[in-house]
Amino acid sequence: MRKQPLTTQSEWTFELIEAYHTEIARIAKEFGLDTYPNQIEVITSEQMLDAYASVGMPIGYHHWSFGKHFISNEQRYKRGHMGLAYEIVINSNPCIAYLMEENTMMMQCLVMAHACYGHNSFFKGNYLFQTWTDAEAIIDYLLFARHFITECEQKYGITAVENLLDSCHALMNHGVDRYKRPHPISLREEKRRQAEREAFFQSQINEIWRTLPTPKEKSTAAEQVRFPKEPQENILYFIEKNAPLLEGWQREIIRIVRKIGQYFYPQRQTQVMNEGWASFWHYTIMNKMYDEGLINEGFMLEFLHSHTNVVYQPHFDSPHFSGINPYALGFAMYMDLKRICQEPDDEDREWFPEIAGKDWIATLDHAMRNYKDESFIAQFLSPKIIRQLRLFAVLDDEKRSELEIEAIHNTQGYQKIRELLSNQYNLSMNEPNIQVWEVDKRGDRSLTLRHTPHNNVPLADTYDEVMKHLHRLWGFDVKLDTINENGEVERLCTINTGNAQRQRA
Amino acid sequence: MSRLIDRRQWSKGKSTVNRQRFLRRYKSQIKKAISEQINKRSVTDLDSGENISIPSRDIREPTFRNGDGGVRERVYPGNKEFVTGDRVKRPLSGEGKGQGRRASDSGEGQDEFKFEISKDEYLDLLFEDLELPRLTTTQSKKTERFKTVRAGYKTEGVPANLSVIRSLRGALARRIALSGESRRNLRELTEALEQDEDKLSEQEREEMRLQIEELRQRIAKVPFIDTFDLRFHSFVKQPMPATQAVMFCLMDVSGSMDQATKDMAKRFFLLLYLFLSKTYKHVNVVFIRHHTQAKEVDEQEFFYSQETGGTVVSSALKLMDEIIRARYSPALWNIYAAQASDGDNWGDDSPICQDLLAQRILPVVKYYSYIEITKRNHQSLWEHYAELAGEFKNFAMQQIEEPEDIYPVFRELFKKQHA
Repeated sequence: MRKQPLTTQSEWTFELIEAYHTEIARIAKEFGLDTYPNQIEVITSEQMLDAYASVGMPIGYHHWSFGKHFISNEQRYKRGHMGLAYEIVINSNPCIAYLMEENTMMMQCLVMAHACYGHNSFFKGNYLFQTWTDAEAIIDYLLFARHFITECEQKYGITAVENLLDSCHALMNHGVDRYKRPHPISLREEKRRQAEREAFFQSQINEIWRTLPTPKEKSTAAEQVRFPKEPQENILYFIEKNAPLLEGWQREIIRIVRKIGQYFYPQRQTQVMNEGWASFWHYTIMNKMYDEGLINEGFMLEFLHSHTNVVYQPHFDSPHFSGINPYALGFAMYMDLKRICQEPDDEDREWFPEIAGKDWIATLDHAMRNYKDESFIAQFLSPKIIRQLRLFAVLDDEKRSELEIEAIHNTQGYQKIRELLSNQYNLSMNEPNIQVWEVDKRGDRSLTLRHTPHNNVPLADTYDEVMKHLHRLWGFDVKLDTINENGEVERLCTINTGNAQRQRA
Repeated sequence: MSRLIDRRQWSKGKSTVNRQRFLRRYKSQIKKAISEQINKRSVTDLDSGENISIPSRDIREPTFRNGDGGVRERVYPGNKEFVTGDRVKRPLSGEGKGQGRRASDSGEGQDEFKFEISKDEYLDLLFEDLELPRLTTTQSKKTERFKTVRAGYKTEGVPANLSVIRSLRGALARRIALSGESRRNLRELTEALEQDEDKLSEQEREEMRLQIEELRQRIAKVPFIDTFDLRFHSFVKQPMPATQAVMFCLMDVSGSMDQATKDMAKRFFLLLYLFLSKTYKHVNVVFIRHHTQAKEVDEQEFFYSQETGGTVVSSALKLMDEIIRARYSPALWNIYAAQASDGDNWGDDSPICQDLLAQRILPVVKYYSYIEITKRNHQSLWEHYAELAGEFKNFAMQQIEEPEDIYPVFRELFKKQHA
């Protein structure tokens, strides 16, 4: 029973978008995709550039760095060096998706399938998003943050707020709680608590720093408990709670930056899974629509053209190569999972005994919900994909004059490549491991960070600048140590307080 | 469960604030870039903004990152000939690019950050803290031009200004107001007479007919139009400040002026032109060059044609005076003049210049600036001009030795004067 195509024109209208959306929603439901309600917004390319600059936050606070990104994107777009993404989708409830008015009808269809059902169901289902982000409250929180920061600008001056934000941004990647789960709270609650926090923190801070040491205490100073008792990985959190000189509003702004960093953290951990999932579903849904006759051949050709561009993986020696394309890898892996479920061969039965031949919808749903990139690859990267992408592993040791090929796509190499590729998506391996080591509570109140290198990879030379920012937040001397190749602690830099007082004055 | 929203009409330029924050933060770098680019522009090129490029290292946002070195194991796609255990030279082909790209993820990696600023932003930055001297006082003191604007209606006027519609509308209203009651009575009487004709006695009918007749006459007495109804268009004259300016560029092109000196003069004229066009809607430019004789020329010829010979500055001043009298009435035009010279002049001519300026030119121009581009000692022209500077507030002079002096000298000439 083939149906008539809804349209054969490439121009979109609101009626057509509605009509296609109804069909896409129906098909998505048949496949069992569980989503937040959708809020689809049609925007211009200019607004898309705006959305880019605020890294997809629908409401952002004001900061020059967003202006910088806007200007550079605008320049590149105007000169034709850059195409705009077809869509941006926001992890909120309702899930907001932007469609560009320049898109053709086919593109709008593709984007709706990709964003409104692919990404949306991922946001709702994946455990990281469920644990770390609160889709209900994010818009409220962003609104609160923006108002609060604007208020601070009026009270304390744009420059003071800007400097503080600069410093927070420098440490944003080190402001993430990796283990504790934040509590969801509403806007009103957030405001009430903010006032409470401000008063409470200040009293606590004073408690920590109230040091009128008696002679007796002095003699036992060496046996004093370290502070903090254990190294802290969340530097921004540590500063927010313990920096001696910050005022309430400054602590609140640090908290805002930290929270927003936390909100985006799952997205950084699930690039391959998220994009792959969305690509898999736009491909599946569009094909289903074609099978039902809702779209014609012309539509389908245009779709396949876009789709192939999106999931294209240039080889390492191509001038277009810029790392592994998360769309390509993710899409290939989900397609392969489906294949393993539907038409397993002996190899699959050996590698994936628990899923070979099982129901593909349930298997994919399980994979989407319970993994992040790192574990997803460790669990599901099949030999077939390794062969298909012709993956190979290279060992680069700066002490040796040549690179070594460690593994290629053969029986001996599969396991190694799987392991290495999984590590490549382990954020804690890609970002330097820097923790709050010690605060000299009884002495000069200096704060020491410690960098623990992985595989002897040194810190990039930007650390000096970052430490200056840290110094601005902490208010007293800050020091950075690293552990050298012989396992000894080595001081990388010290920023003195000398100029800090002047800055504050 | 789903909503479709057309957001296209909504808040364009959400990033405007952020963009301004960016410009604000890097003002000093942007200003530096602007003043370096000034001499690349044509004098009257105003439509374009400016391309700004500032060093990327100034605007980067530092974070803790892994540096190069150490031991790395990475997976790449697209193996062609490698087998396990192969040794390959650095870099893996194509990887060199990848490195650069990785660095530029955070907006770094390029040496320059390039962007455009609009014409308005450009002028604002270029002329920040500057103002045109004596601009406000002269404008409020004498306003020579008027324009006629409509100002509603009035009851007196010449027949040519009669507003027919307004007058008739007034007349109609007056007629309705004056005859309303009579008309209602008339209508009632007429109806009563027609309906109850049989019931009424002859005498009553006669009375009613008389009443009707009386009412009719009363209504007829209300005039169709009265002098009282007449309305005339009202026009008033409003003083209109002149929004056009003319700028005279005077330059010595005698043998002693080499191309480098002329380029310096050009930059000065350019600044003045941009500055004027920030205030005035229309700015005309008159180029006058001179050696022993003066001539009005176009921009190309002004800056680039070669001339030789002696120098008589007064010839240019005379020509300027003639042009003002002929084409630019001081009542309609704000006149500015800039003269550039290396200070050479025929000895006996300098007093003539002083007289010409004092009597003919300075009284009518808003501002006259003289720049002397030379490293040598001043000659007679400078000394005679110096006397003028004491006497006239709208005369200023400065010396320029190096190209770097131009912008500071310009700022010095036009800096805000707080009274």
